[in-house]
Amino acid sequence: MFHRESGYFKTTYAADGGLYPLPIAKWTVLCLLTLFVALPVLTTSLLGAGSAEYYVSIVNLILIAVVGALGLNILVGYTGQISIGHAGFMSVGAYTAANLAVKFDLPFWLTLPAGGLMAAAIGIIVGIPSLRIKGLYLAIATLAAQLIIEWIINHTPAISGGSQASIEVARPTVFGYPLKTQRELYYFLLFFAVLAIVGTLNLVRSRIGRAFVAIRDQDIAAEIIGINIFRYKLTAFAISSFYAGVTGVLYTYYLGIANYENFLITTSIDYLAMIIIGGLGSVLGSILGAVFVTLLPIVIRLTMENFGTLLFTTAELNNIIPAMRLGIFGLLIIVFLVLEPEGLNRLWRNIRNYFRVWPFSY
Amino acid sequence: MTRHLARLTASAAAAVLLSTGGALAQGGEIVIGVQCDRTGATQTVGVFFCPGNHDYVAVINSKGGVEGRKIRAMEIDHEYKVPQGVESYERHKKEGAVSILLYGTPHTQALAAKLAEDKIPGTSPGFGSAASADGKRYPYLFPVAATYWSQAAAAVKFTKDKLGGNLKGKKVAYLFYDNPAGKEPLPILEDLAKLEGFELRTFAVPAPGVEMGAQVLDITQRYRADFVIAHLFGRSPSVSIKEFKRTGYPLSKVVSFVWGSAEADIEAAGGGAVAEGYNTMQFAGVGSDYPIHNEIRELYKKEGKGPPKEMASTVYYNRGIFHMAVHIEAVRNALKAKGANAKITGADVKEGFEKIKGVTLGGLMPPLEITPEDHEGGGWVQIFTVKGGKLTKNSDWFRAYPEVIKKHIEADGKKS
Repeated sequence: MFHRESGYFKTTYAADGGLYPLPIAKWTVLCLLTLFVALPVLTTSLLGAGSAEYYVSIVNLILIAVVGALGLNILVGYTGQISIGHAGFMSVGAYTAANLAVKFDLPFWLTLPAGGLMAAAIGIIVGIPSLRIKGLYLAIATLAAQLIIEWIINHTPAISGGSQASIEVARPTVFGYPLKTQRELYYFLLFFAVLAIVGTLNLVRSRIGRAFVAIRDQDIAAEIIGINIFRYKLTAFAISSFYAGVTGVLYTYYLGIANYENFLITTSIDYLAMIIIGGLGSVLGSILGAVFVTLLPIVIRLTMENFGTLLFTTAELNNIIPAMRLGIFGLLIIVFLVLEPEGLNRLWRNIRNYFRVWPFSY
Repeated sequence: MTRHLARLTASAAAAVLLSTGGALAQGGEIVIGVQCDRTGATQTVGVFFCPGNHDYVAVINSKGGVEGRKIRAMEIDHEYKVPQGVESYERHKKEGAVSILLYGTPHTQALAAKLAEDKIPGTSPGFGSAASADGKRYPYLFPVAATYWSQAAAAVKFTKDKLGGNLKGKKVAYLFYDNPAGKEPLPILEDLAKLEGFELRTFAVPAPGVEMGAQVLDITQRYRADFVIAHLFGRSPSVSIKEFKRTGYPLSKVVSFVWGSAEADIEAAGGGAVAEGYNTMQFAGVGSDYPIHNEIRELYKKEGKGPPKEMASTVYYNRGIFHMAVHIEAVRNALKAKGANAKITGADVKEGFEKIKGVTLGGLMPPLEITPEDHEGGGWVQIFTVKGGKLTKNSDWFRAYPEVIKKHIEADGKKS
């Protein structure tokens, strides 16, 4: 990640496909993991409990977004199948888990995989058109799925729990201890985010991941070399929806409520924005995209709050900040994509490559 | 490229540092968190609603604050997105907000549990869930204005009055936006249909609600409704007005819930001439002739400015004033109980909310009476009717069928 890699030569396929490209990478990952595990403690001691809660809450939102972005990237980035119905799968996961948690009093370690599996099942059904159609046509088919899922949840009291279409869920408990504060929930979310990252990294370097990439690059060629398109396309939909379902469940436990209005079409678009900005077909890209899309509005607002008062009155600022946020957000997305169409992941690689030989470029 | 990135991170880091510094600089100020949507799905409301919040605070502060303490209303726009609403809530909490003006039904539901855990009262006038009127079940959530259930009851009462005091055998159509908020009043309407003996038929308008020719034609030509109760949002109220006008149905036989009741809806439908007779439901006063408006105009005049342009949209602007005024009163009650210089917490302000009674702002506010049991404050509404292109007062503050609503709140409490 941050290291120079000269002097290492890989002589076997196993080494080439290893999870850690270099021995030192293990240490980097370990350091990062320690940092993340210690994050709430660090922020608390540095900033005090009140501020730590706030900053950790932002990280929490990012962690949830990371899981969703990874899932969508498996489908869109790796397999090349467009989905703009991903928020629909999230709501499937959310309502499955909420119903199980409320009606059968099941703990999160059962409802979470159940939510994911239910979303995966629905995902397979929605994925069936992908066997015949591609590109924009598939996008419309998944859009239809989003709307159908919304409608069904909205009109089935057995699923939605009444006309309000929201189900209150108790906080997750670990060994009988309910996780309530942002810093407690952080560990809950971090665990699943790390699991999702490791899972995706392993998936994409496996046989399945390579089959996905082959389908994305040229599906006819992939079929000729013996990849079962039927199976792998549906697998991609299933895995991707599983992630989406888990994202929905995480949201549900994080907020304490399953509500279909959290998973409207705008949410689908937000996640698509994440992976496009971050970089299609890359794990790091999904993470960077999730960080970027979640953080940018917050950073813009904080900046405007502190420097805007030099130019405007507070009343004007209240009007300007929201508009500026949208404007700058849109502008930055365009700028980033023009500068580097392959997203933040590529940008990061460029920076890394530059420093790899620094200060001896050329 | 690296330079760009470096600059971006530098400014981000600076912003973070400064914001933490800013939080420490508060003296005796009291912070009230304001969630707002000036750019998202409901921005047509937010751009008038939120300035109302701030102008009211400005008047209070210009008069020396509440019990001598200045108020800082800290607004965060969440674009009507839930993750950003959660972030804004945590930010308000960090800044030490003693109460929060929520905005949006999904946000209210997403934050309901957090509010109770952190002991910070939040208010959801005219949105959120009707069941949250139960103060015992949702101790830190205050609808403060009529919920959709109360609005439904009031609409039926108004219909009854308009149809000569008897609803037996009458046909009432309920035209609603097909989302959870639109469906929420259904159980109340069904109950009242049985109680009053009228026939109720429902007509759902699917999102985005700009196409309802079929439903309106159904109501006016096939069903031939005696009265229409409309519960629509966003662009759809103006579309409904146009469609009723087109089919020749008298708009005086239509009553709209609170989110289809603004000047903007009437203008978008083609102005007062088209909407003549249209009945609107209000949880705050309409018009800009209340004493508070003069105070705001005075304040702007002192700064050498004309009255704020948002004031022209009186329905939403006044709701903004109302929303903030409830918080100011709660803080005032808390300071009275704790002493003017005491440090007050969210729990104190919650008790302050539960003592609100007899604050009217010269008629802009309903005769609100919030108690530990009833966080809705009675569920009062007023009807304003379009006459000669202007919203004119049709009824005084009233509420209807409180016993039916109470029954439903209790039933909902038992369900979970």
